[in-house]
Amino acid sequence: MLFAVFLPVLLAIFIPYLSKWKENIHTGYFVLLAPLAVFLYFIPHIGNDFTPIIQSFNWIPSMDIGFDFYLDGLSLLFVLLISGIGTLVTLYSIFYLHTSERLDQFYVYLLIFMTAMFGVVLSDNVFVLYAFWELTSISSFLLIGYWNYKERSRYGALKSMLITIFGGLSMFGGFILLTSITGTTSIQEMIEQTDTILSSPYFGLILALLLLGAFTKSAQFPFHIWLPDAMEAPTPVSAYLHSATMVKAGIFLVARFSPIFSESDWFFVLVSGFGIITLIWGSFMAVRQTDLKGILAFSTISQLGMIMAMLGFGTKLAIYAAVFHILNHATFKGSLFMIAGIVDHESGTRDIRKLGGLATLMPISATLAFFGTFSMAGVPLPFLNGFYSKELFFDASLELHESSIAFANVLAQAIPYLAVFGSIFTFVYSMYLVFGTFMGKKKLDQLPAKPHEAPVGMLISPIILVVGVVIIGLFPNLVNSTFLAHTAEAIYGAPVEKHVQFWHGWNSPPLYMSLVVVGFGTVLALTIKHWSNIYQYLPGKLSLNKVYDFLVDQFEKTSARITNSYMNGSLNRYMSLILIAIVVCTFGILWITDGFAWDTSNLAEITLHEILIAAAMAVAAIFTIFTINKVASILVLGVVGYGLSLLFILYSAPDLALTQLVVETITVALFLLCFYHLPKLRERNESKTKKLSNLIISVGFGAMMTIIAISAHSTKLFEKISDYFLETSHDIGGGDNVVNVILVDMRGIDTLFEIVVLGIAALAIYGLIKLRNKKGAK
Amino acid sequence: MEIVMSILAGILFTTGIYNLLQKQMLRIIIGTALISHGAHLFILTMGELKRGKPPVLSDDIVNYSDPLPQALILTSIVISFGVTSLLLVLAYRASKENGTDNMEKLRGNEND
Repeated sequence: MLFAVFLPVLLAIFIPYLSKWKENIHTGYFVLLAPLAVFLYFIPHIGNDFTPIIQSFNWIPSMDIGFDFYLDGLSLLFVLLISGIGTLVTLYSIFYLHTSERLDQFYVYLLIFMTAMFGVVLSDNVFVLYAFWELTSISSFLLIGYWNYKERSRYGALKSMLITIFGGLSMFGGFILLTSITGTTSIQEMIEQTDTILSSPYFGLILALLLLGAFTKSAQFPFHIWLPDAMEAPTPVSAYLHSATMVKAGIFLVARFSPIFSESDWFFVLVSGFGIITLIWGSFMAVRQTDLKGILAFSTISQLGMIMAMLGFGTKLAIYAAVFHILNHATFKGSLFMIAGIVDHESGTRDIRKLGGLATLMPISATLAFFGTFSMAGVPLPFLNGFYSKELFFDASLELHESSIAFANVLAQAIPYLAVFGSIFTFVYSMYLVFGTFMGKKKLDQLPAKPHEAPVGMLISPIILVVGVVIIGLFPNLVNSTFLAHTAEAIYGAPVEKHVQFWHGWNSPPLYMSLVVVGFGTVLALTIKHWSNIYQYLPGKLSLNKVYDFLVDQFEKTSARITNSYMNGSLNRYMSLILIAIVVCTFGILWITDGFAWDTSNLAEITLHEILIAAAMAVAAIFTIFTINKVASILVLGVVGYGLSLLFILYSAPDLALTQLVVETITVALFLLCFYHLPKLRERNESKTKKLSNLIISVGFGAMMTIIAISAHSTKLFEKISDYFLETSHDIGGGDNVVNVILVDMRGIDTLFEIVVLGIAALAIYGLIKLRNKKGAK
Repeated sequence: MEIVMSILAGILFTTGIYNLLQKQMLRIIIGTALISHGAHLFILTMGELKRGKPPVLSDDIVNYSDPLPQALILTSIVISFGVTSLLLVLAYRASKENGTDNMEKLRGNEND
């Protein structure tokens, strides 16, 4: 299985060479091998006696992360969908994309996407699942932005990226919580610990985070807005990613975790609630679209909402219906996207207002479209698979559990009506789509190209899919016990046996619900011109896209405003901020830890001459602030320095005093030298508040240092090491001047690098004075 | 005495910081010089100011002042001297090149 998962990405490495090697062969032919091989590898697993298979491969064993691939009915369904439709889409893209496009890039992205999808559906390890999940987001981003010279493509790619990665990260958070609660990274082992998870205080958070991931990926309301914009991608991508595979990753996630969550009533409320809203909103908005792919995008949203709702029901029947509809939707929606692509390719436009009457010009495409749309609408004909799953959906909506949450009961009562309501619009947009494109008046003068039937190669894939629609329609039990029953069992947790039949007799309520849908749908579809004004009021000016744009815009503006507010380029401002932070933090910690100490027992005595020196230094230091005379300011600085060296003498530090005297002299000389060239000191003409804030900061800082000094002096925690130096200086160091022995012997490395510092400073000064940029020299 | 010295160090820091927050380069350099004086005094005070003889070993002396802070301050004096001289030359060159010693006017140009 490891090889099967990574086969596409391995092939992707060679694609650039292959496409250069044989330029006259379309690169797609090489690509075709990968999904086909995977499809054939997994096909033998279909059958009545199926047991889950698990295979483990090491990755990061110390963190319990590994490629643990788990193949049960659910992953089998998805793996076959991904590889099967992947094969068909690749075949279709060979005829759809011209060789003048950057094919190597396209197929590399597509193959990365395939590996990512296989990984998502086969991984049993949550973190590996997350890794593959993000890989699908990234490869989808690359594919949507494939025609990156188009502004709309870049916009759509960014939007889908932001929304799906937001959800992906939420899901990651959910996984981390799940792992820390259960102590395992394996989904199957988590399912065994369902009780632990359900009773955990974090259960609500986990549920919300995981559902956020699933809803964003599967374009559920209100996160569906990225999907219509993703239609800027090439049509094979839309058909593959945005109808059959990636958007079902969220469905897969919900299905995979439903053995854990379905016990909770909140799972029903959230998943079914959002699913039903998505179903209605998607189908309602689809009628408004004028772009073929736009209609299909909203239709996908709506159908995903329906599947999501059924997963939320959690009954045996609903799960089976959901699984059935996943398969059905993949077949008819894939074919419809391909036909939309054909129409675009052959007539030059996808605008339904310009299209019409193409049935006679493109008879095969028209026929395929009829099958696809009628199946999507759930028209009760015995050779359309969409009808079965829709009827199962109605059936399931009628038998919902009683729940402990009152709201859930209300929702359960309302769901059958909501389902019928949404399905009416599904019928309307399906009819609008097929009749608007292929029936009615021909408007050939409005079309950029003269429409004609597509080449055979392009038609193969939709034909195969429509044949699938019809076969499942005619013999629904063909895929039943061999295939879908295993999938439903994996989700439901117990064996599911279901016999699907077309005719239930007169006593079946779903039949009447279907008839209501078809009846009302026909009326609404015929009178579409008379009620389409409603879209001016609902959604009217309310648009979720505007909310998204507003949010993105506001984020950018706010962060720019915040950054500009403190990064204003003024050194003064930065210094103030740094100092304020230091002062506040230090005083805060002193306050919290009660760190101030006052101990006068160990003080040296106060003598008059020391006080006088100290007073002179203080006065000199304060004088530097007020003077505007250059020379005076240097001299008073000198007073401070010489005062310090006097203090050094008084405190028995002859070496220090010596150094300080010499250094102070040189520094004063240097100051005088430089100040001669520098402009005069100026009066400070700053505002009073500025002066005050400077004063507060500096006094605060000085006070802080004083308090630290006093507190530190008052709390001596341990003996000094200096006694050791005094004792051993003569014997080990061979010198009597202890300070010098410390400098060159005990702690010689300090001195070495202090010399280096001086050397560097000297070199830098030399460089600054001697080396000048000739161009900028003045 | 330590308390007096602590307060003196605080005053040196205060005046140093106040100068540091000014716009003129001269004042900023004066500020750094004051701050380093304050720091040296701070270190010395931390090592206790009790009277002892200078730490040069001799047979008839028992009580020495603490040699370690002195070694540290010595290192620090030399380093701050190096830095101060570099800063001075840097200020000299910067004001020559840019024609101003006002830090508020020294802003990067977005087109650079």
